[in-house]
Amino acid sequence: MTDTTAPAKKSGGIRDLGKMFGGGGAGLRQFGILGALVLIILIFEVLTGGKTLDPGNVINIVRANAYVLILAIGMVMVIVAGHIDLSVGSVAAFSNIVTVTMLKSIDSAWQVSGESAEVTKGVLMSLIAIGIALVIGALVGAWQGFWVAYVGVPAFIVTLAGMLIFRGANQFVGRSTPQTVPDYLGYIGGGYIPDFPPYFPFSNGTVLLGILAAVLVVWSELRTRRRQREMGAVMAPRWVSILKVVLLVLVVAFATYLFATGRPGTSFPIPGIILVLLVLLYSFITNNTVTGRHIYSVGGNWHAAELSGVNIRRTNFLVMMNMSVLAALAGVVYVSRSLGTGPSDGTGWELDAIAAVFIGGAAVSGGIGTVIGSIIGGLVIAVLNNGLQLMSVSSDKVQIIKGLVLLVAVALDVLSKRNGGLSLIGRFRRPGGDLAVTDRPDVSPASDSAEASSRPQSTVPNP
Amino acid sequence: MVSAVPAILEMRGITKRFPGVIALDTVDLRVNAGEIHAICGENGAGKSTLMKVLSGVYPFGSYEGDIVYNGEVVQFDGIKQSEAAGIVIIHQELALIPELSITENIFLGNEPRKGRNGKGSIDWKAAHLRAVELLARVGLSDDPDTKIKSIGVGKQQLVEIAKALNKNVKLLILDEPTAALNEGDSQHLLDLLRGLKGRGITSIMISHKLNEIEAISDSITIIRDGHTIETLDVAADGVDEDRIIRGMVGRNLENRFPGHDGSSIGEVFFEIRDWTVRHPLVADRLVAKQSNFTVRRGEVVGFAGLMGAGRTELAMSIFGQSYGTKVGGRVYMDGEEIQIRNVQDAIKHGIAYVSEDRKALGLNLLDDIKTSVVSAKLSKISSKRLGSINPYKEHAIADEYRQSLRIKTPTVDEGVGKLSGGNQQKVVLAKWMFTDPRLLILDEPTRGIDVGAKTEIYQIIRKLAENGAGVILISSELPELLGVADRIYTIFEGQITDELPADHANPETLMKSMTSNRKKDVA
Repeated sequence: MTDTTAPAKKSGGIRDLGKMFGGGGAGLRQFGILGALVLIILIFEVLTGGKTLDPGNVINIVRANAYVLILAIGMVMVIVAGHIDLSVGSVAAFSNIVTVTMLKSIDSAWQVSGESAEVTKGVLMSLIAIGIALVIGALVGAWQGFWVAYVGVPAFIVTLAGMLIFRGANQFVGRSTPQTVPDYLGYIGGGYIPDFPPYFPFSNGTVLLGILAAVLVVWSELRTRRRQREMGAVMAPRWVSILKVVLLVLVVAFATYLFATGRPGTSFPIPGIILVLLVLLYSFITNNTVTGRHIYSVGGNWHAAELSGVNIRRTNFLVMMNMSVLAALAGVVYVSRSLGTGPSDGTGWELDAIAAVFIGGAAVSGGIGTVIGSIIGGLVIAVLNNGLQLMSVSSDKVQIIKGLVLLVAVALDVLSKRNGGLSLIGRFRRPGGDLAVTDRPDVSPASDSAEASSRPQSTVPNP
Repeated sequence: MVSAVPAILEMRGITKRFPGVIALDTVDLRVNAGEIHAICGENGAGKSTLMKVLSGVYPFGSYEGDIVYNGEVVQFDGIKQSEAAGIVIIHQELALIPELSITENIFLGNEPRKGRNGKGSIDWKAAHLRAVELLARVGLSDDPDTKIKSIGVGKQQLVEIAKALNKNVKLLILDEPTAALNEGDSQHLLDLLRGLKGRGITSIMISHKLNEIEAISDSITIIRDGHTIETLDVAADGVDEDRIIRGMVGRNLENRFPGHDGSSIGEVFFEIRDWTVRHPLVADRLVAKQSNFTVRRGEVVGFAGLMGAGRTELAMSIFGQSYGTKVGGRVYMDGEEIQIRNVQDAIKHGIAYVSEDRKALGLNLLDDIKTSVVSAKLSKISSKRLGSINPYKEHAIADEYRQSLRIKTPTVDEGVGKLSGGNQQKVVLAKWMFTDPRLLILDEPTRGIDVGAKTEIYQIIRKLAENGAGVILISSELPELLGVADRIYTIFEGQITDELPADHANPETLMKSMTSNRKKDVA
């Protein structure tokens, strides 16, 4: 279901398969992370004696981690733009407490009787809750975006302050006491796709969704090929397309099987649906829109972006604001599943989200990273957590292992760059090759040191 | 040159290669003990490379030839070793730390220690006393506890020299020491160099300011295109500025420029009046002073000036005020005044700016070719409603430019970071051609690229002009300006000093207007 957003421009064997997971030259990298995820799943499947890929466990993993993955979507955009957001946990907590407080006052003012009226009220109230959370997220995000984009305070500081401010605001509003929320809110974070008659040993709703996803996969590949033919673009050989579709359909079928055959009453979880929709939306934004391009260009080289007419402030503002909106949404999903909110909601969320993004292949210096990669990175952590818990590893050891995985993942990335990756391009050019050296090196003899004086970013301090 | 004075330094047959380029080709340099020796040459002639070889920045083994210092062949592996031998280089970007005090900077990496074996904690008392003494020697009376950031550039330069004196310098190398200084500070610095000479310290000075060189140096070595051209004895040879200029530019103009007869030139469509811009950090420094110029349709207008003269600053300040603070001035397009507040405005009005520094300011090196080509005008390939980019159009457009500009790459999906300089420059040109510019400002468009690609870029420039665009060509290479431009302005210290039709100009006249502020009436 990921390839509907991937522009399959130039195709060819493995490269083309790499492109299924988002463009931006990061295809192969994400292929590696995906491989790591599959490997980890298989290892735990063996170690736990088949408990990892048990339908009930898979459903549980999605339900328990949806909120982190939602955060990772926003966080990867922040990190690609060259920033960081440490405040997401506090923002979610603040948004939660305000949402719940407002929801409760609406709830007590709106009395209904009758079962169908109750259901209607539940649905409406859930939507209202999401609406309130999104508005609060937008307001908080505008606040943080203002400081980052228009005042120029580093995001690290702005969000460190935000972490304190909104944690405190949460405890101020909620008087530091845990609160329960009305049961009907539970559907957003804890619900499943409903089943309907005739009843089989599997969930009809999930199977239907699976079929829909498979059809989408086939349709989007056909559409891509048709457009490529119309535009005269280079097309992948037919066998590559067919292989790609078959593989994806198999994945969809396997996922459908897992989610449809859980305990009776369970199926594909609602937070999973929210997540999939967000992934599709944000993959589209980051890969295929002007705004997305601007985010990558600001993170990659903001000087060049500015001189290309990119509105850097607006881009930074939007990225920071969007993160808080998604944090608030993640908060609703979390509250809805736990049916309570309190002064310690969202503690440590920022770290999980940031770890997911970096394991997912984003660069610390900005400019590189994808939504899909970050989701895979988040799933690596989720499966790791889950598998270790299934093996009854105590939480102290789980933390140590998670820390090491993050360290090793990024270290591998750094090392691969050092050995002729992006950062050292130009040093290993072969003379006489296709991209023959016709260039002077960075330490060009043409660059007299005197030219520094004509550079805009002079380091000569003000006398 | 036969001299009775012993040489402190002889560099013999120094050859330094970079991949694809020979930066220095059997360069010889002989510096007599106790003299001030100037090294002259155009930008890119190899002066700084030679000094980097000397100071060990390029370690022994990375170059060919011998360095004989005080009668011995030396092999430096790094700056530490050359400094230990008494050779200290002061770069134009000063290596001072703004937040530390003068004392702390002077002794950075060389701190006096307490204790018998010199391994104890830092002896600040001794450092302070020594700093006062050193500052007195360079004629500074400032408190050595003053932070570097709170003294001016001129004084910072002196602190650098004090730092060198502390290292027991015997051979002091100064790279463009006065480029950032005003008249008074420059004079003080030159006087100080004379004083050091009196104490037996030899200096090598790289400078573009010929009047200073003439005034202070004992001998001059001229380097051109990585070769030693000549060494002049100032007193004996009766050297003056004209003589130096002849040595610097006296190369044959090869026939590598596309012909042009001026037939494409139309009426004036772009005009700048009284353009004045302040330096972004130094409040009292103007980088453009009351500049006026015009550009005609189909015309290539050259801007000649030395590094730091203010050409880039002028261009960038016009291009959406992306440099400095505009103090005054107006822009006219087609006879009407237009407002350009930011880069978006500039692009909307059809102005494009190709930066001199394509890696830092022109490209996002993480991008691939197609993404770069369309990046300055995404609106041309995206839907109005969603802003979604059409990947097929993007690919097709980039591929068109790949073919028409002959960008050497298998596909436009390649990363721009992998391309050679010439091909990167073509990508930047494509990026700005894609914005359909009416006025294209090219800032050193051929810097750091090989001769073949240069010729191709000249042809692209001519073609743009023939299709009706106005082109501003900023270049440090005079032959390039003379060969490509129709008309040339010269700039010196932020001021437009002259305006000449290219066929009436020659390197000597240009160099004169580029190195002095004898302001002529600008037509």
